[in-house]
Parts: sequence; structure tokens; C-alpha cells
Amino acid sequence: MKALLVMPIVIPLVGGALGLVAWRSRAAQRALAACGAAALLLAAAALLWTVDRHGVLAVQVGDWPAPFGITLVADLFAAIMVFIAAVLGACVLFYSFWAMDSGRESYGYYPLTLVLLMGVNGAFLTGDVFNLYVWFEVMLMASFVLLALGGDRPQLEGAIKYVTLNLVSSALFLAATGILYGVAGTLNMADLAGKLGENVAPRLTTTLAMLYLAAFGIKAGLFPLFFWLPASYHTPPPAVSAIFAGLLTKVGVYAIIRVFTLMFTLETALTHGVILVLAAFTMVTGVLGAAAQNDFRRILAFHIVSQIGYIIMGLGLYSRIALAGAIFFIVHNIIAKSNLFLVSGVVHRLRGTGDLKQLGGLYEQQPALSICFMVSAMALAGIPPLSGFFGKLVLVIAGIQAGAYVIVAVSLLVSILTLFSMTKIWAGGFWKPAPEERDVPPPGDATHAIRRMMIPVALLAGLNVLFGVGFEPCYAMALRAADQLLDKQAYIAAVLGT
Amino acid sequence: MLTAICSGFILAALAPWAHRRLGDKSGWIFSLLPLGLFFYFMSHIPGLGQAAAHESHGWIPSLGIALSFHADGLAILFAALISGIGFLVTVYSGGYLHGHPLLGRWYAFLLMFMASMLGVVLSNNIIALFVFWELTSLSSYLLIGFHHREEESRYAALQALLVTGLGGLAMLAGLVMLGMTAGTLELSELTTRGDLVRNQPEYLPILILVLLGAFTKSAQIPFHFWLPNAMAAPAPASAYLHSSTMVKAGVFLLARLSPALGGTAAWTGLVGTIGAATFLLGAFLAVQQHAMKRLLAYSTVSALGAMTMLLGVGTPAAVKAMAAFCLAHALYKAALFLAAGAVDHETGERDVRRLGGLAGAMPFTAAGASIAALSMAGIPLFFGFAAKELVYESLVHGHGVFSIILTFVAVASSMLFLVVAACAAYLPFFGEKKQTPKHPHEAPWSMRLGPLLLGFLTVVLGVFPALATPLLTPVAESILGAHVHLHLGLWHGVSLALTLSTVTVAGGLAAFWKREALYGVFALPMRAAQWGPARWYDWMLQGMMDGAKWQTRVLQSGYLRYYLITIILTTVAVMGALLITQGAGLAAMLLRRISATIWELRYYEFGVAAILVAGIAAVVHSRTKLAAVAALGVVGYGIAIVFVIFGAPDLAMTQFLIETLTVILFVLVFYHLPQFSLRASSQAVARNLAVAVAFGVVMGLLTLIAADLRGRPSVSQFFLEHSYDMGHGRNIVNVILVDFRGIDTMGEITVLAVAAVGAYSLLKLRLGRRADK
Repeated sequence: MKALLVMPIVIPLVGGALGLVAWRSRAAQRALAACGAAALLLAAAALLWTVDRHGVLAVQVGDWPAPFGITLVADLFAAIMVFIAAVLGACVLFYSFWAMDSGRESYGYYPLTLVLLMGVNGAFLTGDVFNLYVWFEVMLMASFVLLALGGDRPQLEGAIKYVTLNLVSSALFLAATGILYGVAGTLNMADLAGKLGENVAPRLTTTLAMLYLAAFGIKAGLFPLFFWLPASYHTPPPAVSAIFAGLLTKVGVYAIIRVFTLMFTLETALTHGVILVLAAFTMVTGVLGAAAQNDFRRILAFHIVSQIGYIIMGLGLYSRIALAGAIFFIVHNIIAKSNLFLVSGVVHRLRGTGDLKQLGGLYEQQPALSICFMVSAMALAGIPPLSGFFGKLVLVIAGIQAGAYVIVAVSLLVSILTLFSMTKIWAGGFWKPAPEERDVPPPGDATHAIRRMMIPVALLAGLNVLFGVGFEPCYAMALRAADQLLDKQAYIAAVLGT
Repeated sequence: MLTAICSGFILAALAPWAHRRLGDKSGWIFSLLPLGLFFYFMSHIPGLGQAAAHESHGWIPSLGIALSFHADGLAILFAALISGIGFLVTVYSGGYLHGHPLLGRWYAFLLMFMASMLGVVLSNNIIALFVFWELTSLSSYLLIGFHHREEESRYAALQALLVTGLGGLAMLAGLVMLGMTAGTLELSELTTRGDLVRNQPEYLPILILVLLGAFTKSAQIPFHFWLPNAMAAPAPASAYLHSSTMVKAGVFLLARLSPALGGTAAWTGLVGTIGAATFLLGAFLAVQQHAMKRLLAYSTVSALGAMTMLLGVGTPAAVKAMAAFCLAHALYKAALFLAAGAVDHETGERDVRRLGGLAGAMPFTAAGASIAALSMAGIPLFFGFAAKELVYESLVHGHGVFSIILTFVAVASSMLFLVVAACAAYLPFFGEKKQTPKHPHEAPWSMRLGPLLLGFLTVVLGVFPALATPLLTPVAESILGAHVHLHLGLWHGVSLALTLSTVTVAGGLAAFWKREALYGVFALPMRAAQWGPARWYDWMLQGMMDGAKWQTRVLQSGYLRYYLITIILTTVAVMGALLITQGAGLAAMLLRRISATIWELRYYEFGVAAILVAGIAAVVHSRTKLAAVAALGVVGYGIAIVFVIFGAPDLAMTQFLIETLTVILFVLVFYHLPQFSLRASSQAVARNLAVAVAFGVVMGLLTLIAADLRGRPSVSQFFLEHSYDMGHGRNIVNVILVDFRGIDTMGEITVLAVAAVGAYSLLKLRLGRRADK
């Protein structure tokens, strides 16, 4: 059973390493990617099932007892994240088989993506603060290379901003961890949860918490730290954008939620108040940024920021249903946002551009694509009965229960602006007739590839419907995960064995 | 009832595919579903006197959301209208959009709307109701934008979506608060807890939020402007959504919630006043219009105002009048819209001033439209008359100035209704024949059926109004929650209401006769209306877009240095604020530490510090990259010396090696790069210095505080004790790296491998360049 906990890290590692060995064969790399994604999906599903059934699962790596060695630990929240990451990884890799150019395929696209997934899973599963830093580095390096791979000019420009600002995040993270180790004498997060309460002055802990918030906030794309995201996400191939959009910021958010439910809960009125204010600004600036864009992927990229605000709002409200809402919202958002990026990839394949001024006519010519876009876009805008509506509803309920009317009002207003930015794409890309001077090339030989690319798109759109109409079991699981976050004892006991 | 609703959604999903298979007959075949549903809902009528049919399916019990349905009088009236008119509209669409390439999608949206709307009226759970409510907005968006190639359609579709969507979100907040206050989401329980809700401090916010939803959906002033613009939709959608069903959802919701929220001064004041204002202004704006559908759209706004106003008054008489008016309006307005669509379809002309004498060419359409118009005008023997009598009756028996004002509003608006009716039916069909773009001929049977059947019902109910009582009495009962007696008759005796009716007809006819003069009188206020809420919408949208662009320019400037400064300053701000709150303790700690340790400082420590500062100054001041890198190396060496002094020789070794390598690598790379000098304005230098110093101070303080706390038990102790006996290594650092924390090292190795792959691939793969060649 404990081997399950290692699998989400080992499978992509092995897949990536073998991919490097088989560097010359594209076919072998594809096969490895396919096998890796499938195995990862199975392992993640098994992990989720096990954790949901048997409670928090922990493994002491190298058998060094906690808190001396490094602990891998999966509570329900982590298991959910690993699972949804595996789902997305499988979808994007499948999509890439038809969407990725042969150049990138030959120069390490698949091994890099697998390593990225390894880093993401490591970050979800680790129970050690410094080890989290290492996984962040793995992710950062893999994503930087994926971002820059192919190397046309806008891509490199975006990649430079991406890597510079993320290195600032790393530096802050490292400094915070150094100081934390200095005062608490441990790096194990479960151990820290206890030590910070006993040994360290609350105000110092809170100050450190703010340093962590800044470090993770950069990763998560919080206001006013998100600059790297809109600067870079629209530049790489859409499949890369899709996996970035789904996973990178979410790992940052995951880390924020983890430390602010496990470790930094001494002065919640203060810390979570700050988080709530940041949530409001993140929602508003992100959606306004999206509304101001005129390009399919730029709208989507800026809009990621806005949605992070909703998730953080759930953390800021810090109640059982608010956290459950945040967890559900993450899952929903990964599905919807990544799928929209995948749709943008299909559109790019069809028309060779993402500029809304040059697009048009897709509504008549591509009914299936139109439906999939509409479903995921409306899910994002929170139209019932799709997944986004229920995420929003739960957060609104939590906000009203907490009497936080301002954030509720902001979140509702932002959702109408989300609707506005999605209809901007819909009207510009789908409804509007294509500009006349632009003769639309017939899909021709691309038709076959596009049909295959539509499979993961339709699947993810279907999940947006399924998680909405079948909200109850999802929500029940999110509530169980939230319970574990609020009652840290199960987590601490599993790690420290007390 | 769940089956009924789901059948609509399922047929909607299948419609595009089925339409391709069935061809031209698809409209008739699809229409069998609404027709069947119509009979199903009508079959509930006999049982409405006793307990209403109720069913409940669990959906999201964790949040108290259930798919529960409740078929009381109010629900059945609306369900019958939705399915009945849905039947006629489906049939009509087949003729109206004959041969349209996207007709299959049209049916899909139409049926999706019908199913959603049935969900709204049948739901007994307010959140489930909201789910269906939003779906009606979405299907309305898709239907208004059906002519998606037209800019005007897209604009109107978005406007309707945003206005009703914004109201809907306010309503969602209101409904959630209502549910929390009352402790239930089930309408049947909510309505019994009205007193509880009305006595809470949350009552007023709840009321306002819910009203925002209802008023936007039902196009009440100042949100009315989206409805006339929604006439960009094809005529069947206008007839169905934007006159007889969807726009009444707001009125329906007010009726539904009036037992829980109604009966207070705030309710009467807000609902009654807004309703009356909309009633009058809508009618006033309607007579200014010349395009047939816009004319009818404004009169729909007005009629919705009338129903809202009656619900605001809320007396049993007013509620009864509302029920009758609602039915009458749905019958005549749908018929008029369908007829207007037929005229447009067969002549290619929409302006009533350029139409005339079509009755000869289109006798069936003319008959249906004329009957509907007579009903709208409130002429006896047509059902509209009976409804209007009830409206007058309910108003004249009220008390106080308010009811006198409302009576005047009703009479004035009804006169204007007569003008509108005449413009919509008399002008196009009678009088002298006029030249039209297309040669007029009668519409196909699919398009005649609607106006004729609706007209027939209007006459039957007009002559025998009592036939409507089994349908309408339960409506009033379910709103009022009490047993009521509804008397619908042709002849009520000579009463004040009848007198007012006579005055209305006379005044209306006079106004129609002198309508040119009327336009002159209204010209000035019409110019003022140009600056009305429709403009506000444009301003707000434009303002939002300008603000968004400005904000994005400022925030996402494109300059990496500003990004860095913002991030650093944000970090400094949040941590600095917290450090300041512990100012006194912090100062004391600093003093204590300085006084305790100042005597331990050695002269060479000052020396190292001086080297570090000088190195940094050199980095900042150097004009060439090479000099900067060399100076940076000095800083690194200085730090390595610090490690030596404080007893970490292995760390110092590593640092020396890395610094040396870095400098060498930089020098090698720079050799191949073009030379350019690094210049920054003194302002920029000062700014950067300030940011750097602020960050340094904050981090320094934090480190000092942490250092003050050192000496507590740490896991390092374990490593010291056990690296040899358990890790079998004498070098503790090595044992930590490869054993205690081996997985960290595995991760870092991966990072290096990826970096190597990345460097190789980035150098080799140049897609952009290859494409250039």
C-alpha cells in the first residue's frame, strides 16, 4: 500500500529517464509517454481510492524516522491533486501526439513533460518543507525548458521573465526555509505544525508566514506578484500552455493552502485576512486583464490569475465548507482552463492564429469544437449546472456564513466579467464571420489530427458537465479533504507515528 | 415532472442530428413533445383544488439542494403556457426558418429553453430554480444571437446576457441568504416562514437582491433596455422567450416569493413603484416605435410592469387580476409576435408605416392578429377585456393616494395599449395597400397555426371567461396561500371599472386618430430617453474596458525591472508591517544583542564586511559586464570567508569553487557577446538602492530575530549522533545528502539532467529560425 505513495514520483522519473536513453527514437518516446501517463493515471487513482478509504498515508523515505528523514505523505487533498494532475497529464500527452511538432518531439518534449509531472507530484506528496523546495526546482527547470524549447523570439522573451521571477520566488522560499529551520529546528511539516505552536513566538511565525506567502504567491500568480504568468503563458505550443495553466499555478496554490492550514494557523485573523484581501485584488485585476486582451490565449492566460483569487478566497474564509469549496474549485479550474487552452490549440491548428480579429466562423464550421468551448467556457464563468457554478456557490455560501459580504460581492461581480471575457472569445472567434480578406484554408490533411485532438477536449468538457451534475460525491469528498486539513491530528499522527 | 423536463433536454440534444434525418418535417415532429407536455400539465388542473402534485429527487443533499418539483396553480399556469406556446413556436419555426442551414441548432436551443423554463416554474427548491433560471439566460443568449453574423445580434445577445446575468448573480446571493435565514431551500417550506424572514435584519438586503434578479429578467425600469434590443432574435424566439414566457420569469419569481417576502411597506413600495413606472413608461415608449417587433417589445415591457405592479399591491383582488392579465397577455402577445414575424417573412418589411392592406393577401394571419389586437386593446368579448376589468377593479378599491396614482397609471397605459394594438394590427393589415420589398402572400400553415389558435382561445375565453376560472383560481390561491373566489364574467354591472374601460377605449381611439400629434408632444421627452439606461450600459461597458486597459498597461508593463521592484516591495511591505507591530520588543532585542556581542567582534570581521560592501559597490558602479562579474566574484569570496570564520570550512570550499567557476564561465561567455556599457540614470540607481536597502533591512531583521531564538533542539543533533552508527559515514554532510535526505539529492540531480537536456535542445532546435529561411 505504501508503494502507492512513491509511484506518482517514480513512474514519471523512470519514463523520463528512459526517454533520455531512447533520445533518437520519437516512436519510443511516444510509447514511453503513453505508458507513463497510463501507469500514472492508474497509480493516482489507486492512491486516491486508498487514501479516501484508509485515511492519511505516509512513507518515511529511506526508513529514517520522521522528523529526521524525509516523509512522503498523502492526505485526501494531496491525493485529489495527484489524481487530477494525472488526468490532465494523460489528456495533454494524448493531445500532444497529434498536436506537437516533430522538432519539439525529437528534442525532449515527452521526457520533459514527464519530469514536470514528477515535480508536480513530488510537491503534492512531500511532507518536508525543504523537499518541497527541491520539487519546485524540478518543476521550474522542466517548465523553463518546455517554455523555451523551439526558441522563437517571443517564446524566449517570455521564458526569461518566467525564469527570473520564479527564481526570485525560489530565493524567498529558500530564505524563509532557512530561517524557519533556524528557529524551529526541523523541516518536517507535521513536526513544524507542533513546534511552531510551542517554541516560536506567534508574531515571528506570522512574519515568516508572510515570506512564504510571497514566495508561493509568485508561483500561484497572486496579485501583485503574477507578472510572469501573462508574460509567458501564451508563447509556447498550446499543449504546453495547457499543462502549465492546469498545474503550475495550482502547485503554488496547493503549497499556500498546505502551509496555511498545517503550519501557520496561530494568527488566522491576521494571516487569513491578508489572504482574503489579496484574493479580492487577484480576482479583479486578473479578470480585467483578461477583458483587455484581444487574443484567444492571452485572454485565457490572464484569466488564470483571476481564478486563483477564488481558490485563495476559500482559504481566506477558512471554514470547513470554504476549504471544500477551494479544493473543488481547483479541480474544476484545472479541467476547464486547461481544456480551453487545448481548444485554442485546435483553433490555432485550423486557422494559424489566435488573434480574435483574424478569427471567426468557427461556429458554423466546427460544431463539436464550439460545443466543447462553450461548455468549458461557461463552466469557467460559473453557469449552472456545470462544475464552476457549484464551486462558486459553495464559496458564496461560505462567504455569507462568515459575514464576508465584500468578498462575496467581488466574487460575483468578477464572475460576470468572466462571462464577458468568455463571450469575447465566443463572439470573436466563433460567431463572427471570418474576415473576408483571410481565405480560410481547408483543414485537409489536418482533419485526421484534429479529430484525435478533439478526444481529450471532449473528455475534459464532459468532466465539466459531470462534476457539475454529479456534484454531490465530489463535494462530499472535498468536505472530507477539508476536514483533514482543519483537523491536523490525522496528518501529524500519520507522519510522526504518534 | 423530472421526466417532463429531462425529455426536453434530451430532445434538445438530439435535435440537430434528428433534424438532418427528418428534413423539413422535423418541426412538426419535434412539436409533439411540447404538445404532449401541454396535455400532461393541463391534466393536473382538476386536482389543483386539493393537494398539489409534488415530487422530490435527491441531488446535492450536502447543500440542501434537491430536484424537487411542485405543481401548484401558479406552476401549472406557467407550465401550460410554456409547453402550449412552445408547441406553436416549434411548428412555426419550421416555416419561418425554412431551409436555414442551422435550423437543427435552432430547435436544440429552443427545446433547451423550454425545458429550462419548465424547470424554473416547477422547481420547489430555490437553488434548483436558479440553475434553470441561468439556463434560460444562456439559451436566450444563443437564440438572440442566432443571426450570429450580424454585429447587432451579437451585441444584443451579450447585452441581454450581461444584464440578466448580473441580476441573476445578485439574486443568487439573495437566495442563499434567504435560505440561510429561513433554514430551508424548499419553496413550500419557505412560504410558511414569511414572518420569520420578514423580522430578520437581513430581510431588506435579501429583498433588494432578489428583486434585482426579478427586475432584470422581467425588464423592469431601469433594466428594460435589453428587451427591445433582443428583438434582433428571429420572430419565434421573440414570441416565445421575449414576450410570453422567459421575461415573465421575474414576475413568476415575485409571485412565488411574495408569501415569504411580500406584504411589507418595502415590498409594496419597491415592487409597486417600479412596476407602475415600467407600466407607464413602457407604454409611452412603445407608441414611439415604428418597427413592428420593437413596438410590441416595449408594450411587453409595459405589460410586465403591470404584472409587477399588481404583485406589489398584493391584495387578493390584485393577485387575481395579475393571474388573468398574465394569461391574456401571453395569448395576445405571442399571437401578435407570430403575426409580425409572418408579415416580415412574407413582405420583407417591418416598419408599420410602410405596410398596409395586407388582409387581402394574408387573411388568416390578419384574423389572428386582429383578434389579438382587440384583446390587447381591451375590447369586450375578447379575453383581454375581462383581465383589464379585474385590474381596474383591484385598483379602484384600494386606499390612499397610492392606489389613485396607480389607477391613473393603469388607465393611461391602457389607452396607449390600444394605440399600440392598432399600430400593430390595423396599420399593416387594413387601409390602403402599400408596396413591399416582397410580393405579399399568405404564410404557410405552420406559421398560420399559432396566431389562429391563440386568437381562437382569446375569443373563446373572452366570450366565456368562466372557462378560465379552474386554471386561474388555483394561481391566486397558490400565491395568496388562502382560498379565494374568482369571478370572471362578461358583465359585472355598471361599475367604476366599466366606466374606466369606456374612458380607456374612447381615449385610446382618440389618441390613435391623432397619433401624429402625439409624436410631436412626445418628441422632447423622447430625446431625453436617448440618454436613458441603454446609454448607461454602453458607458459602463466602455468604462470597464478603458479601466481594464489602463490597469493592464500599468500592472503588466512589460518591463522586468518593474515586476521585480513590485514583488520585492510587496514582500517588504507585508513583512515590514508585521515587524513594526513588534517594534518595542524588536528594539529591545536588538539593543540586548548588540550590547552582548559587540565586544566579541574581531578586527578581521570588519575587514571582511568592508570587502563585501566594497565589492557590491563595485558591482553597481562598474561600466562593463566583465568588471561587474569580477566584482561579484569578490563578493562571493567574501561570503566564503565568512563561512570560514564561523566554522564551516566545507561550505566555504564549495563557495570558493562555485564563485571561481561562475566567473570563468561568465568571462568565457562575455567574450563572445558584443560589448556595451551598462548605464542607468541616477534616479533609477537611487530607486533601486532604496528597494534593495529596504529588502535587506527587513531580511536582516528577520534573521536577527531568528538568531536570537537559536539553541533550541534541532534535528541536526540526530544527524551528528547517528551519521556514523546508522549512516555509516564520517562526513555528516555527505550522509545527509545521500542518505538522510537522499531524495532531495535525487531531485537536484534531475534538475541538473533537465538543465543539460535543455541547454542541448535550446541550442540545437531553432524552429523560429528555420521557418525564416
